[in-house]
Amino acid sequence: MIFSDSDIAAIWLTLRLATTVTLVLLIIGTPIAWWLARTKSWLKGPIGALVALPLVLPPTVLGFYLLIAMGPQGVLGQFTTSLGLGTLPFTFWGLVVASVFYSMPFVVQPIQNAMEALGDRPLEAAATLRAGPIDRFFSIVLPLAKPGFITAAILGFAHTVGEFGIVLMIGGNIPGETRVVSVQIYDHVEALEYAQAHLLAGVMIAFSFTVLLGLYWFQRKSPLLVLK
Amino acid sequence: MGVIRILSLILLCLTSALSHAEQINVAVASNFTAPMKAIVKAFEEKSEHRIKLSFGSSGKLFAQITHGAPFALFFSADQTKPKILEEKGLTVPGSRFTYATGALALWSADPTFLDDTASRLQHGDFKKLALANPKLAPYGVAAHEVLEYYSLLKTTRAKWVQGENISQTYQFISTANAELGFVAVSQIMQQGAIKTGSSWLIPREVYSPIKQDAALLLHGKHSPAAKALLQFFHSAQAIDILESYGYITTP
Repeated sequence: MIFSDSDIAAIWLTLRLATTVTLVLLIIGTPIAWWLARTKSWLKGPIGALVALPLVLPPTVLGFYLLIAMGPQGVLGQFTTSLGLGTLPFTFWGLVVASVFYSMPFVVQPIQNAMEALGDRPLEAAATLRAGPIDRFFSIVLPLAKPGFITAAILGFAHTVGEFGIVLMIGGNIPGETRVVSVQIYDHVEALEYAQAHLLAGVMIAFSFTVLLGLYWFQRKSPLLVLK
Repeated sequence: MGVIRILSLILLCLTSALSHAEQINVAVASNFTAPMKAIVKAFEEKSEHRIKLSFGSSGKLFAQITHGAPFALFFSADQTKPKILEEKGLTVPGSRFTYATGALALWSADPTFLDDTASRLQHGDFKKLALANPKLAPYGVAAHEVLEYYSLLKTTRAKWVQGENISQTYQFISTANAELGFVAVSQIMQQGAIKTGSSWLIPREVYSPIKQDAALLLHGKHSPAAKALLQFFHSAQAIDILESYGYITTP
């Protein structure tokens, strides 16, 4: 086998992390996107900006502050300790929490755009047919905004796979727990193991290309889905 | 005519000044940032030459040098990388030398956690132990040797958190995410005293010397500034600066 055991462990861990983060983000990102798409509150601007903030901050900076916030003296750290969970840095779930922050805009924004594009009319029509708010959400919003959800899931997943700076700051390089593919590539390069770095980076590029190709292919087809 | 004469005089002055005072780029391992800045400051006070420092991990700097980066000198965090550059014919033969020998400490941000002995480490009375990745950082290799010496490799391994380099290891401990860990004495020492927290200065016989090598690169082969800076590293003033940061200068 060309890959070492630790390379394979890193690939599995990365896929596990990206899958978990995507699922968490779809669950918590949907209500946020829904609120942002529908609200007339003055808070829309500030909350929207807060969600988009990780786009601006360099990942290592974000990671450094997460390391402080999630540490024993940090706000998040004291909260998780009081729940009996201990502190989050150097754990898989610490990476999940950090990645959820980091990939949030990539999931919220496509969903929000799709929901805004719906407009009020389908919902008003459903309301006249006596569909309750929850019924309207599941039978109108979810199916019609489906392309937005699929784009969100793909971008959230791909962005988490490519994450490096944050993991580097709060991961602690623990095999099978926090040593993801990007860190593994970095380690290979730093150790001058260029052949292994090239191989792993090649796999990552092939993977990303396939995902993005799939996304663009899907987007070309998506207007048909909306019309159905 | 007068104007041209004055202009040519100015030009002449400029070119002659340039031939005396030179500006060079120097690549430095980031774990040596603070002492290098201090040494270059002292050097520039005495010399007309100007040194532009680029800091980075030794691995990144190595990759840049092998791909033609315009550095005259390379101060690595280890001995391996300058040696490989020498084998590749990218350094001036015979220019490689050990510019500093690092010392290792066990450190905690908590001022009462350590008592300048190995006892806390030996009792395993902690949740996380930070160390630099032994695969990448010489200080990590040394930390590994210390744990091996005290037969603690197996018992502590589950508590390890590894920094990519010694600066990150320091961050893990200074933010209290790891109660203790192995750092470079140069990171916690200023003017010969420990700045904050508590520490155990590990006896030198427990780990192999952490030698950091530098080399004159082909790019700096004919540079008077590079040679002057190398010379300055052997001066009493440079040695004083190294010692104030906790580096070992005696063999």
